[in-house]
Amino acid sequence: MSAAPLISAFRQALSEAWANGAGAFLPASFFAGAAILVPFTMGSEMEVLSRIGPGVLWLSLALASFVTLERIFQADLQDGALDLWAQEATPISLIALTKTLAHWLISGLPLVLLTPVLGLMLAVPTEKTLPAMTAYGLGGLTFFLWGGVAAALSASIARGGLLIALLALPFYFPTLIFGALALQGGLTTTPGLLLIASTLFALGVAPLAMGAALRLATD
Amino acid sequence: MWSILANPHRFMRFSKPAIPALALIGVVLFAYSLWQGLFVVPTDELQGGHIFRALFIHVPSAWLCMGLYVGLAVASFVWFIWRHELADVAARAIAPVGMAYTALCLATGSVWGKPTWGTWWLWDDPRMMSVLVLFFLFIGYMALRTAMETRQKAARAGAILAMIGLINIPIIRVSVDIWSSIHQGPSVIRAEGPAMDWIYLQPLLIGFLGQGLIIAAIIMILMRAEVFGQQADALMARRLAGK
Repeated sequence: MSAAPLISAFRQALSEAWANGAGAFLPASFFAGAAILVPFTMGSEMEVLSRIGPGVLWLSLALASFVTLERIFQADLQDGALDLWAQEATPISLIALTKTLAHWLISGLPLVLLTPVLGLMLAVPTEKTLPAMTAYGLGGLTFFLWGGVAAALSASIARGGLLIALLALPFYFPTLIFGALALQGGLTTTPGLLLIASTLFALGVAPLAMGAALRLATD
Repeated sequence: MWSILANPHRFMRFSKPAIPALALIGVVLFAYSLWQGLFVVPTDELQGGHIFRALFIHVPSAWLCMGLYVGLAVASFVWFIWRHELADVAARAIAPVGMAYTALCLATGSVWGKPTWGTWWLWDDPRMMSVLVLFFLFIGYMALRTAMETRQKAARAGAILAMIGLINIPIIRVSVDIWSSIHQGPSVIRAEGPAMDWIYLQPLLIGFLGQGLIIAAIIMILMRAEVFGQQADALMARRLAGK
């Protein structure tokens, strides 16, 4: 096993995102757009917004992960990169994990960096910005891991976008629940620790499932 | 014992007489438990009067929908490791039945909850959420299988999904113990023994057994239909090949 396929998968994921022209801006603008629609539909009273604001950000984060995940493995399947990775001595689950982390770095982290700005627009209280961003980051990573499993399972399906959302949805629930509760209490309370636990669980299990699903896609 | 039935021919021979027998015994037991539960057993004022009789549908359906998911995951595992074709046929047959039973569990729970808790549904209740997740797992499993091109791929993708979804089952079981829930704690399967009076417990268990047998018969009917379908496909392929 060598680290070369991991590095190349990482670099390929980064360059692919920028090569398409939009890079980090597309998911970020989708995320912002989804969150900005809320004041128009829910009313713009400050007290309503500040109460639902954190929840709106969680929801937008989950939606943004669905939208960006469709192509994560599909492109590799079409251009044959997946077949080459399947022949490497490096476990394909590690390559899948690397790709997911790179993907999170490109289209997940910018969303997290955007949350304070959107939070300000949605009148979310600002005193706990940093713990909240950590929670969004952990939650987003968990979304991308489970969403990556769903994307890997439906990599060989032509229009798998809706299917990814349906498959990943059940696995998003715990993270969404603990994440929303952790924002109220902080990361060291029970919901915060459970959020971290759900991220760690996803880090352990999701790569194996992604590897099995990708081997299926290359057959 | 089950490995004997892994042979499709033996399964077809076994299931042909087993289906009517299981269905008949199941219907009799289920009818007995309904009669006991709906007409004979005294009302329990503490549980909200007559509405508690929903117990005799709600509790077996809750046990069975979790049991069916475990069955789906075990069948998936057996297929994934040993590639027993019949295990995949079983997994495919279990999914729609499991989804229907999860829906039944949610519906009867709502009907019971409205008069006793004053609400059809509570979004922050862990037990309700985890059973809803189970419902979506069944739907996702079936949608994934339908979307795949070949049966082999559908089986593999479905098996991976079913196995990782198994994590939800212990969450359902412990949800009422570790998080505050409006749902009552377990009163039958407990370390200290059942907390329920025998007069309620007996029709409940008989009804559970009866519904379990009916489900087994339904699943075997679906499995037989699948095996026949595959045989018909093979026959058609041979006919088209001109042999």
